[in-house]
Amino acid sequence: MDNIAGSKSGLTWAVHISVAFLVALWLFPTLGLLVSSFRTTDQISSSGWWKAMFPTEQTIQLRTGGTAEAVQQDGLYVVEGNLLTDEGGPGMGSKPVAFGVSSREIGAYEIGETAVYSDGDETLTIAEDGAYRYTSVEEPGRRGQRVFLTAVTPAQATLDNYKTILFSGSGQDNMAKAFFNTLTVTVPATIIPIVIAAFAAYALAWMDFPGRALLIALVVALLVVPLQLALIPLLRLHLGIGIGKGYLGVWLAHTAFGLPLAIYLLRNYMVGLPRDIIENAKVDGATDFQIFTKIILPLSFPALASFAIFQFLWTWNDLLVAKVFLIDATGSTTVMTNQIVELLGTRGGNWEILATAAFVSISVPLVVFFAMQRYLVRGLLAGSVK
Amino acid sequence: MANLALRSLTKSYGSTEVLHGISLDVSDGEFVVFVGPSGCGKSTTLRLIAGLEETTSGIIEIGDREVNNLEPKERDIAMVFQNYAIYPHMSVKKNIAFGLRSSKMPKADKEKRIQEVAGILDMTELLDRKPSQLSGGQRQRVAIGRAMVRDPAVFLFDEPLSNLDAQLRTQMRLEIKRLHQRVGSTIIFVTHDQVEAMTMADRIVIMKDGHIQQVGTPSEVYHKPANTFVARFIGAPSMNLLPASMSGEMICLTGGRQVEVTLKELPSGKDVLVGVRPDDLLPDDVNPVISGKVTVLEPLGPETLIYVETASGEIIAEADGRSPPRVGDTVNLGAGPEHLHVFDAKTGEALT
Repeated sequence: MDNIAGSKSGLTWAVHISVAFLVALWLFPTLGLLVSSFRTTDQISSSGWWKAMFPTEQTIQLRTGGTAEAVQQDGLYVVEGNLLTDEGGPGMGSKPVAFGVSSREIGAYEIGETAVYSDGDETLTIAEDGAYRYTSVEEPGRRGQRVFLTAVTPAQATLDNYKTILFSGSGQDNMAKAFFNTLTVTVPATIIPIVIAAFAAYALAWMDFPGRALLIALVVALLVVPLQLALIPLLRLHLGIGIGKGYLGVWLAHTAFGLPLAIYLLRNYMVGLPRDIIENAKVDGATDFQIFTKIILPLSFPALASFAIFQFLWTWNDLLVAKVFLIDATGSTTVMTNQIVELLGTRGGNWEILATAAFVSISVPLVVFFAMQRYLVRGLLAGSVK
Repeated sequence: MANLALRSLTKSYGSTEVLHGISLDVSDGEFVVFVGPSGCGKSTTLRLIAGLEETTSGIIEIGDREVNNLEPKERDIAMVFQNYAIYPHMSVKKNIAFGLRSSKMPKADKEKRIQEVAGILDMTELLDRKPSQLSGGQRQRVAIGRAMVRDPAVFLFDEPLSNLDAQLRTQMRLEIKRLHQRVGSTIIFVTHDQVEAMTMADRIVIMKDGHIQQVGTPSEVYHKPANTFVARFIGAPSMNLLPASMSGEMICLTGGRQVEVTLKELPSGKDVLVGVRPDDLLPDDVNPVISGKVTVLEPLGPETLIYVETASGEIIAEADGRSPPRVGDTVNLGAGPEHLHVFDAKTGEALT
C-alpha cells in the first residue's frame, strides 16, 4: 500500500532542493546585475553587490586645509573645517568612528581624542559631526596634513549609470537606439511565425489531406537541422533576391528558424484538443476556418503563449542571426546584444556600465516572462469535457 | 423534422469491414435507440448518419434526400456527444448560440430562440456561466440545448448519459424522454445500457459485430427475442438458457424433464436451447421445468432473486419477496409454456 495515490514520494525533498537550487541560480545573478547597475565604479571595486544594501565601514585618506585656511591663534596656526563635507569627504550621512594621522596606524584614535603627530608640534581633533581642529606650531604646508578617516557610510544608489546608458548623447554608450532596434526585430519575428504556425498546425492536426504524415515527419526532421547550416546560403539568397541586410531579412530568417518548433509544438497541442468539440462545431455548421478561429485558437492560447515567450526570448537574445542578416557596416541597425559586445570592448573595465547595459537588455524578457507565465501554467480546458 | 432511412450501409477501415449492410427505416418523430456491446458499430452508424465518417457503400436518406455526399452542416442534424463537447471558452449562452451563427435569422429572433430553449431546459439563470462552473447534468443540458436551438430534422445522441452518475442518469433519461414528447422530433440515440434503451425507445435496434440483430419495440425485443444474443442482452438479470434436445414434438431438458412448446419451425439439428426469464421462472409445481438447490439469495424488496444449482448449471429464478426459500432448500421451478423461448442451439435463432 506504499504506492496509493496521495502518499508523498520519497523524492519530494530532492524536488524541493532542486527547485531551490534553480531559483537561487537564476535569482542571484539577476539581483546582482540589478544592484550593481545602481552602484558607482568605486563601490563596485571596493565591495561586493550583496553589501550594497547595508552601511559600510570604509577608511579614506583625506587632507586638512592648507596654508590658505590657517588662522593664527595664541601663537599657533589653527585650521578648522569638516572632513565629511570637505572635498573628497564621504558626505553628511556618514558617521566617523576612528581616525589616524599615520599610514601605519590608520585607526589609532577615537573620535573626540586629540592626536599628536610624531614631531609633537601638531595636533588634530575630530568631533562626532566631522568637524576638525588642527593646530601646528609651524605654518602648515600648502596642501595640509594627511588624515585617515574611518567612517560608516550609509547605502547609496545612483541612477547615473542609467542616465549614461539610456539618455547620454554619446553614441557608444547609448543603448536607447539599440533597444528600439531589438524591439523592431523581435516583435514581428515573434508574431509572424506564430500566425503561420497556427494555421499549419491546425491543418496538420485536424484536416485530412494526402501527404499529411509526410509533412509532419518533415517538420520534425527540420527541428534537428542546426541553423548555422543555413546562414550563408540564406544570406546569399537574401542578397540575390534583393532583400539584402535589413529588418525584412532578419524577420524572415527568424521566422524560418522558429517555424519547425512552432508547428511541432502547436500541432501537438491542437491534436490533443477533444475531437468531440471539433466534430460538434462541424455539425453545428462551422467551416474549417471558423473552427480554427472560434474554437481552436482560443483553446490553444496556452500553447500559443508559451511558444510566443520562447520565440520572443531567443530572438531578443539573439546575436548570431542579427549579425548575419541585419547589422551592416553603418551600424545604424545594431541590436542590444551586439551593442553589449561592443561595450565590452570599449568599456571593459566599467562594470557599472556593463551591468546596467545587461540589465536594460534583460528587463523586457523579465517583464514578458512574469506577465505571461500564468498562461504557461493555466490549462484553459478545465470544464470542457468530463 | 424528417424521417431517416439507411439502405445497406457498410463501413470499412482499410480492409476491415465494421458495418455489414445496415438497413433501417426511422419514421418522422420516432425515438430509436441503438444498443449493443462496445465495438458493435452503433456509434459508427451514428457518425455515418452525422457525416463525420464517410460511408463505404450504401445510402443515407434524411427527409427523402440522399445526404451521402453532404457535409455534416448541410444534413440538418444536431448531435450530442458523450463528453458533451461544450466549448470551454464560451459562456453557456454563446455555446447555445454557436449553432445559430450561420443561420440567417434576425438577431432578435435568435435571442428569442435561445431564451426559449433555455426555458425548456430550465437553465435561464445559467446562461452567463462558463462551462467549468456547471455540474455534469447542467453541462449535459447545455449540450442538448445547443442541439435543440437549431431545430434540426434529426437529433443524434451518442451515449450522452454514460458520464453521469446513476441518479442523474435516471433523471436525464426521463427529461430527454419528456423533451421528445414535447418537441416530437426524430431522435437516434446510441447507448450500451439496455435499461436506457428499454425505457426511452419507441423502437430498439440491437446490434452486434456490425450486424443488426433485431429491430422492435421494447416489448417485442423483451418478449420475443429474435436470437440468443438478444435474449441474453436485453433484460437484467439476463435470460436463462438451458441446453435441451428435441425428441419428436417434446423438448427434453438436460436433467430429464420434458416440456412441450409449439415451435414455428424445426431446428436444424436435434439440439436446442430453452430460454426462460428469471421473472417467469418461479418456485411452482404446476408447470415444472427444472429443480435444484438454492445457493444464493438476492433480496430486492418486492422480489428475491434466487440462484439455483441445477443439472443444467446455475440458473436464476425469482421468488416472492416476503417468503423466499432458504439457502440449501431444494426448489421446483416452473414457468408457463408461453414463457418458454426455444432457440436453435447451432444458429441461435428463435424457433418460437
